[in-house]
Amino acid sequence: MSGLDNRFLRTPREQRSLTQQSLFRLLFLVMTSLLVVPVFGILLVLIVRGGPGLSLDFFLDKPRKGMTAGGIFPALIGTLWLTSGALLLAFPLGVSAAIYLSEYARDNWLTRTINIAIVNLAGVPSIVHALFGVGAFVLFLDFGASILAASCTLAVMTLPVVIVATRESLQAVPHSFREACWSMGATRWQTIWRLVLPNSGSGILTGVILCISRAVGETAPIMFTGAVYWVAYTPEGVFDQTMALSLHLYNVSTQVPNVPPGLPFSVALTLIGVVLVMNATAIAFRMRLRGRKRW
Amino acid sequence: MVTPAPQPPSTTAVEPMLDVQDLTVRYGSHVALQGCTLQVQQNEIFGIIGPANAGKTSFLRSLNRMHDFVPGMRITGTVRFAGRDVEQVRNVYALRRRIGVVFPLPVGLPLSIYDNVALAPRLRGLRNKVALDEIVERCLRRAALWDEVKDRLRNLGSLLSGGQQQRLTIARALSQDPDLLLLDEFSIAVDPVTTMRIEEVLKELRQEMTIVLVTNLVQQARRLATRTAFFLSGRCVEIAPTEELFTGEVKDQRTRDYVEGRYG
Repeated sequence: MSGLDNRFLRTPREQRSLTQQSLFRLLFLVMTSLLVVPVFGILLVLIVRGGPGLSLDFFLDKPRKGMTAGGIFPALIGTLWLTSGALLLAFPLGVSAAIYLSEYARDNWLTRTINIAIVNLAGVPSIVHALFGVGAFVLFLDFGASILAASCTLAVMTLPVVIVATRESLQAVPHSFREACWSMGATRWQTIWRLVLPNSGSGILTGVILCISRAVGETAPIMFTGAVYWVAYTPEGVFDQTMALSLHLYNVSTQVPNVPPGLPFSVALTLIGVVLVMNATAIAFRMRLRGRKRW
Repeated sequence: MVTPAPQPPSTTAVEPMLDVQDLTVRYGSHVALQGCTLQVQQNEIFGIIGPANAGKTSFLRSLNRMHDFVPGMRITGTVRFAGRDVEQVRNVYALRRRIGVVFPLPVGLPLSIYDNVALAPRLRGLRNKVALDEIVERCLRRAALWDEVKDRLRNLGSLLSGGQQQRLTIARALSQDPDLLLLDEFSIAVDPVTTMRIEEVLKELRQEMTIVLVTNLVQQARRLATRTAFFLSGRCVEIAPTEELFTGEVKDQRTRDYVEGRYG
């Protein structure tokens, strides 16, 4: 063996750092894999126990026999109303606020106050949002307990998510693009409309996805503001009350006597299914927007 | 002396394109440029040389009011563009349209090559397809880019190579039909051959517009500029006809040292 070949032999020190490196890699891999366990665990349990209860009738029938039989149609429709309402309110408001904060606002006390407010709004517990919704929308604005009041409450709760996600995606558009556009005599709005917004669509949609996921699943903010235990009909307008999947799940799990053991699992599976379908739609949009590399 | 001597009308009667008096640029408390006074004549290529942090870019930014967009950037003194004090200009967007800017690093906007060049005409309201086509082709030709991209005008401008993007940036600046073209170290990201091609373009453009060329290549200033200013540490040290910089006729020792490459 020549002296040159010896240089490729591992010294004990190198051997030790290689062993360490493998051990840490294994450790992080195990930790990451642990995250997957609850997700698959939840899905597995729901499918095994709730899957058999699913049928077209289950989706399209109303609850019968004191909610121990029948389907979930009014709750399903109610959740769609509430979520769409929340999205319609939170999206324009949140995106406008994000555009202002990212593109127009200067760094002064007002901007800093608004930013602190957004962070704090994100940290408010949902039950507090519920009480705020009762005070502000049900009573003060006199919407009554209605889809409108519940949607407004959900919108307030999801606003910070939409604002933060949108602002991040606007900020991800390089500043040099804006400067190039301004130097050609474009106004701020022309720059936003022609350059910034078209290149931040996927990030804004991420905000929408997060907004939907939270709005569909929340129970506390709607149970005092517009969602009810049982109604026979599906809503016809925003001032109606409605059933909702999340509240229905809570009720059949804890409030209603003599519920067949599979029913709550079927409701939970449907709830997760609705979130997944809505998210998948938004993700599909996002993939199309992101499809090609822009810079 | 009753009859005045006949004067060549073209040089003295025309007011300078750019008249800068005692310009000082500050970022917060930091002074980037101090007490700069100079004039740029119409259809002149005016070179600015100097090491980093000399205030060259700050000088350019204050010409088209880009400091409006930079928090903390303040300017004092006056800048007169085509006879008008830029601080008093009400329609700042029209001012910026008359001044084309090319940045040190190429900025291909994430639009198609066509839309990159058509952006400025569209911003001022031009919709006519034929007219836009004509502008796009003319500007790309002048920027020596047309032959390379004419078959893929729909591709993204931001995915071109660095040198191509820089020529796209120049085409975009030309699409504004500017009276004044500001070039900020345009050849940093461009290969020598492309640099030479762009320099040829600039010599032709001189017939139609005034050019301020900031460069860190002393020889580039020598090749192009009629007169050259030397900036150092936020001050305009000296302004001289470019040839004098190289024949040792300049007065200031610092200028001589820089031109001869003796500055660290």
